[in-house]
Amino acid sequence: MYSVKEPDPGTPERKSSEQVTLEIDGRAVTVPAGTSVMRAASDAGVRVPKLCATDSLEAFGSCRLCLVQIEGRRGYPASCTTIVEPGMKVRTQSDPLAKLRRGVMEMYISDHPLDCLTCPTNGNCELQEQAGVVGLREVRYGFDGANHFKQAEKDTSNPYFDFDPAKCIACSRCVRACEEVQGTFALTLHGRGFESKIASGNTDFRSSECVSCGACVQACPTATLVEKSIVERGQPDHSVVTTCAYCGVGCSFRAEVKGSEVVRMVPDKDGRANHGHSCVKGRFAWGYATHKDRITKPMIRASIRDPWREVSWDEAIAHAASEFKRIQAKYGRGAVGGITSSRCTNEETYLVQKLVRAAFGNNNVDTCARVCHSPTGYGLKTTLGESAGTQDFDSVEYADVIVVIGANPTDAHPVFGSQMKRRLRAGARLIVIDPRGIDLVRSAHVEAAHHLQLRPGTNVAVVNALAHVIVTEGLHAESFVKDRCEQPAFDKWKAFISDPRHAPEVTEEVTGVPAAELRAAARLYATGGNAAIYYGLGVTEHSQGSTMVMGIANLAMLTGNIGRPGVGVNPLRGQNNVQGSCDMGSFPHELPGYRHVSDPAVRALFATAWGVAIDAEPGLRIPNMFDAAIDGSFRGLYVQGEDIAQSDPNTQHVTAALEALECLVVQDLFINETAKFAHVFLPGSSFLEKDGTFTNAERRISRVRKVTPPLAGKADWETTLALAEALGYPMHYDHPSQIMDEIARLTPTFTGVSYARLDQLGSIQWPCNETAPTGTPVMHIDGFVRGKGKFVITEYVATQERVTRRFPLILTTGRILSQYNVGAQTRRTANNTWHHEDRLEIHPHDAEHRGVKDGDWCKIVSRAGETVLRASISERMQPGVVYTTFHFPGSGANVITTENSDWATNCPEYKVTAVQVSPTGEPTSTWQRRFGEFSEQQDALLPQTDPPPR
Amino acid sequence: MEAHKLVKMANEIATFFESDPDPAAVHEGIAGHIRRFWDPRMRRALLSHIDEQQGDGCKPSVLAAIAANRDNLTPA
Ligand code: SF4
Ligand code: SF4
Ligand code: SF4
Ligand code: FES
Repeated sequence: MYSVKEPDPGTPERKSSEQVTLEIDGRAVTVPAGTSVMRAASDAGVRVPKLCATDSLEAFGSCRLCLVQIEGRRGYPASCTTIVEPGMKVRTQSDPLAKLRRGVMEMYISDHPLDCLTCPTNGNCELQEQAGVVGLREVRYGFDGANHFKQAEKDTSNPYFDFDPAKCIACSRCVRACEEVQGTFALTLHGRGFESKIASGNTDFRSSECVSCGACVQACPTATLVEKSIVERGQPDHSVVTTCAYCGVGCSFRAEVKGSEVVRMVPDKDGRANHGHSCVKGRFAWGYATHKDRITKPMIRASIRDPWREVSWDEAIAHAASEFKRIQAKYGRGAVGGITSSRCTNEETYLVQKLVRAAFGNNNVDTCARVCHSPTGYGLKTTLGESAGTQDFDSVEYADVIVVIGANPTDAHPVFGSQMKRRLRAGARLIVIDPRGIDLVRSAHVEAAHHLQLRPGTNVAVVNALAHVIVTEGLHAESFVKDRCEQPAFDKWKAFISDPRHAPEVTEEVTGVPAAELRAAARLYATGGNAAIYYGLGVTEHSQGSTMVMGIANLAMLTGNIGRPGVGVNPLRGQNNVQGSCDMGSFPHELPGYRHVSDPAVRALFATAWGVAIDAEPGLRIPNMFDAAIDGSFRGLYVQGEDIAQSDPNTQHVTAALEALECLVVQDLFINETAKFAHVFLPGSSFLEKDGTFTNAERRISRVRKVTPPLAGKADWETTLALAEALGYPMHYDHPSQIMDEIARLTPTFTGVSYARLDQLGSIQWPCNETAPTGTPVMHIDGFVRGKGKFVITEYVATQERVTRRFPLILTTGRILSQYNVGAQTRRTANNTWHHEDRLEIHPHDAEHRGVKDGDWCKIVSRAGETVLRASISERMQPGVVYTTFHFPGSGANVITTENSDWATNCPEYKVTAVQVSPTGEPTSTWQRRFGEFSEQQDALLPQTDPPPR
Repeated sequence: MEAHKLVKMANEIATFFESDPDPAAVHEGIAGHIRRFWDPRMRRALLSHIDEQQGDGCKPSVLAAIAANRDNLTPA
């Protein structure tokens, strides 16, 4: 059910150029054609009673409570299913209507337990409210007949919500929410009348198809489906609109609060990235914010073998600053650096890079985008001129052909995945390019027209073959290319791509994709109408990641699929603020707004604003920092909210680098894997504890609003300010809004952004400036940001990570819905119910060949290291390819990934590691044993304190 | 910085730019990329590897690109 004070006009908004004027209870109202009478009434300020209707779902017309009278029509039509007509005269109140409604209500109430006073949704229940609205005074039927509440047992199997069928009024809002909003089709309504029952298949919620998105809970008008947090803590008293801190969809939420305690997160229906929907992470998995593992006091120690000592903020900051200064004095200005966080706000990220550039005086700043979408930045900037996706999410609603490459939206970007599935159910065609049979290939009412199941590492060969077919079959958009792209570059590229070595019949041997299937997919992409490409880390995390991004941009330009709704090149970015952290100048070669540090005019701008000279040389990237730490030229690192020890490849190399540092300062919520190597720990603040903004995958800047005070006393931006001051470079801001004002002053794509403007517009997609005062949903409309689009030659080069007799399988890595990246947050929630360990997915053929059975421990050995995981036998994988997630540090997934990386950006090649798999009786590898011992030692070095108050 | 890693990185950059049919563009591409993205200590280490080890392991296009752009690539 909707959060406390939100209006619900009952049926979805309609968009139409045609307006219809009608009269409701004597009031004239004008609405878009296609609107329901119920919604028009709501616009006119008239609330028609209702139960089965809610504005997130198409009208169903089953409860008969919303009956109205319409002049010239017989009977009493349901206002939710009746569409407005010009000149219509509607009455919503009359004696016969009141009587009918009371009769309907009486039926419902006779089948409902009357325990309102002890019900968790007492005071926020639509049944209760509507009984009041229709003026129900008596129930004549008694409570003895067949009814729901006698037959039913509560289902409490889901960790986040309960299902109490006794309270069900069979309105089917939950069933429809699961179908229409989420697209999972997990629920059904059986039987009729008092016999009707909601079921999650033949099993409980926990074991059903349900993905725990909560849409049904939100849609339920009664306490039948209700959050456990509401049952335990009671109803909220106010709410604060903020933005999810998990994935790059950037869903807007109302954090519902009782006192200073969050009791529920409800997706905001005005949120333009999510339109009132969410996934299990954002809606339910926020308990980590008050988890007992939170460290809330600053700590220092001289060596990583020493116990941590709790100290005051002042002492910790002064110690960190003096260490950085000592290191710079001894080893040089370039011996220290910082890592910004894609989980922190834009303002915080901006401050960390400013600290590095202005207080450290070098450009040694990088961010976790290095290991995920840095090739997107490079590839799209080179071809199109801007390091960002071209569309808004809603653009998918105009797509006729959707191409998903190396992405798994239903798991990693679930709310956008649902929106995409909606479009697919409405008829768009789907092409999936992925080594793995992801859910989208075949799920409820969705089936890919083509699944190009390529071998990992052969993306570029596939994209070239697609372009080859389009060019050689003459399917390209000649006039678009002529008008919008650089001709000489295109001519060179065309000669390259037309060569028969790119024909699918030739590449088939390398890619494993049948030529006929590839040709059909290319034709569909080029000629099927608006075609949009969505891609993820399966594109970027390769030795040819940047090449592949440019190959994708080539394809879009070639077919004119750019510059309007329904088309485009859309990177699905992983973390909540990875777009923002890149925008904010987190890369060692770029100042905010993607401007190279070698540009004197840009440096002069920042030098004047910041009052210091800016180094003209690019700094170290994360992998270079590790190498420089091992060779001794890099000795001090400030890490805000990232866990490089778990997330970066070749763990043993990373930990050797971290051990070599003389001063590692970690600012985080928890003692993560990196913090185990730290000398200074600065407690971080969760997204609920601070003000700021996040920028999602569609360049949408949304507000993060403080819901509760920071547990450790400081928001992350305040900590960075304190550190800068102690380093001798004070920065003066009283509130993050002032940091955004500075960003806007210095960044041409942000000039129109301010907190006042964000409050006014809800959210803004950059560029936002004089030419686009309300932001830019679709980019490159009349011309590319770089002027003309540039075709780039993308020769396929096989990865050096070859399979051999010793390492005959390819390991590729990915994510799962319920866990988020390194899992520091989600592992500290009940999301572990669904995924409590990383497993190795292996094809039955490969498993049988090795004598591996489902659930067996398997040793996985690569050129970099070895680890042990349990096997899951799965036909999602093709033979020869194995797969695992990396959400649990003890799994050691990155012990086996190698240091191979993208040629342009050093983004690691996570998606291709040659391995051997064999059954083992030992559930741990040597590394895992050492890891376990080290973790135990580090735990013992923590001060024993009371858990923080909830 | 370990020379073999820098050599590997430079060679991979070269492999990308080598697909341009124009040799001048190849050299410009390689040197420009290294200049734009490599921290001075990395460039210095590669240059000294070239000087001291005759560029052992480097692709010819890397050596040619660096020879043609040596001044620009040498950190101040
Ligand atoms: S939580 Fe989501 S997936 Fe599960 S039944 Fe409800 S709507 Fe369907
Ligand atoms: S569970 Fe709730 S939403 Fe579903 S049918 Fe019952 S009352 Fe309606
Ligand atoms: S994790 Fe992503 S999809 Fe889920 S609620 Fe948060 S932003 Fe939305
Ligand atoms: S609200 Fe219209 S029939 Fe139920």
